[in-house]
Amino acid sequence: MDATNPGTLNTLPLFELHQAAKARFGGFAGWNMPLTYPLGVMKEHLHAREKAGLFDISHMKLILVTGPQAAAALARACPLAPEAIAISASKYTFLLNENAGIDDDLIVTRLGETRYMVVANAGNADQDAEKLTAVAADFDAKVEPLDRVLVALQGPKAEAALAAAGLDLSSLTFMHGTEPRENWFASRSGYTGEDGFEVAMPVAEAKDFVEKLLAHEDVEWIGLAARDSLRLEAGLCLHGNDITPSTNPVEANLMWAIPKSLRETGTFIGADALRAAIAGGPKRLRVGLKPEGRQPVRNGTVLTDADSKIVGEVTSGGFGPSVNHPIAMGYVEADLAQIGTTVYADVRGNKIPLAVHPLPFSQHRYRKG
Amino acid sequence: MATTYYTEDHEWLRVEGGIATVGITDYAQEQLGDLVFVELPEVGRTISKGDATVVVESVKAASDVYAPVDGEIVEVNQALSSEPALVNSAPAGDGWLWKMKLADESQLEGLLDEAGYNALIG
Repeated sequence: MDATNPGTLNTLPLFELHQAAKARFGGFAGWNMPLTYPLGVMKEHLHAREKAGLFDISHMKLILVTGPQAAAALARACPLAPEAIAISASKYTFLLNENAGIDDDLIVTRLGETRYMVVANAGNADQDAEKLTAVAADFDAKVEPLDRVLVALQGPKAEAALAAAGLDLSSLTFMHGTEPRENWFASRSGYTGEDGFEVAMPVAEAKDFVEKLLAHEDVEWIGLAARDSLRLEAGLCLHGNDITPSTNPVEANLMWAIPKSLRETGTFIGADALRAAIAGGPKRLRVGLKPEGRQPVRNGTVLTDADSKIVGEVTSGGFGPSVNHPIAMGYVEADLAQIGTTVYADVRGNKIPLAVHPLPFSQHRYRKG
Repeated sequence: MATTYYTEDHEWLRVEGGIATVGITDYAQEQLGDLVFVELPEVGRTISKGDATVVVESVKAASDVYAPVDGEIVEVNQALSSEPALVNSAPAGDGWLWKMKLADESQLEGLLDEAGYNALIG
């Protein structure tokens, strides 16, 4: 797929709404996506933190897993205890490869005894659906990728704006989901660090609903550029940058997502390699990084110690409009991962110190109930 | 009387008495989005047409601004160190980038005038 040639990119079902909103588009994960709107990345970012930001994330994929052995199939595919998830609860999990590398990160919501909704990343969606389908072939379970429009509404006014558009999700707490209408799916989650929701709906019903949301005075479209700065401030990983098929959950510092019992006894794909990674301990760790001064340090920049020895790499880097300073995430050698440790980046000849910084950079404001 | 020229790389030059003030156009700042950092060159540096002279960084990415003609940098816009957003709010005014002493004024002949630039960006 050639991301620089719009001719080969997928088009969002609501493309015309974005065009009418004067979005600037660009290629991402095979999709022609709105990057910014006339408000601009800085104000869009702040709007999502202060009011309600509307994101079209229809490039991401919903995959429904159902059947008497749906839980067993998911327990094989992911380091997850699907039968232990309370109905309506959502869990963050992974598809691991045989080396325990992260092929994708997912949110799985249990909608019924034998009914689970998986939300997968755009760039990996086809591959994820294939893998889930292949795993499910050994079980009495069905895997069904769905065609939906998926939007996120994020920020302190999100709940009220959804209610005004006729969708009352006030009973959901953070990381819970439901099916509010036939063929709809909604969860209280998101990727900004704010309270908010993701709502999936049939394509034919999407335009009306989204226009109702946009009619609310607190709602503005937010593009992919601000989505990235919001998630980086929130310390959340971008698959393909911060976590990849060659990083495992131990070094990615994401072991909180894997139930303790499964670490020893789980039979999910990649379990043996994950146990070896746990036993060996991480050689490198994912950390937050705060560059000194005002100059951003970007993805791919090599990190060194004071003696110029290479000790790591930046995997996401930019500017945090809410914290008002450059922010970054990356990997450093495990013994340099303590908060406050200084590492260095060479940016066009300037040696910039970066402090290992706690994540998130801006406090999460989830509605935990 | 100052004369303003434009380049196909979306820069403007305001030339008066052999000194050119250089900035990026409104179109360019709009394309780049909100700037958060501007890396300025050293005064006294000699630059040739096409040299990466200034780096402007938006929330998302870094972009080079190239020297439109040959010359020597005589002043940089220090205000941008603390307020890079001036390039967005006043690209043709307070958001100027650097001033340079022209080495060869005949190079200006190859640049665009306002009408030519407006035709370029459509």
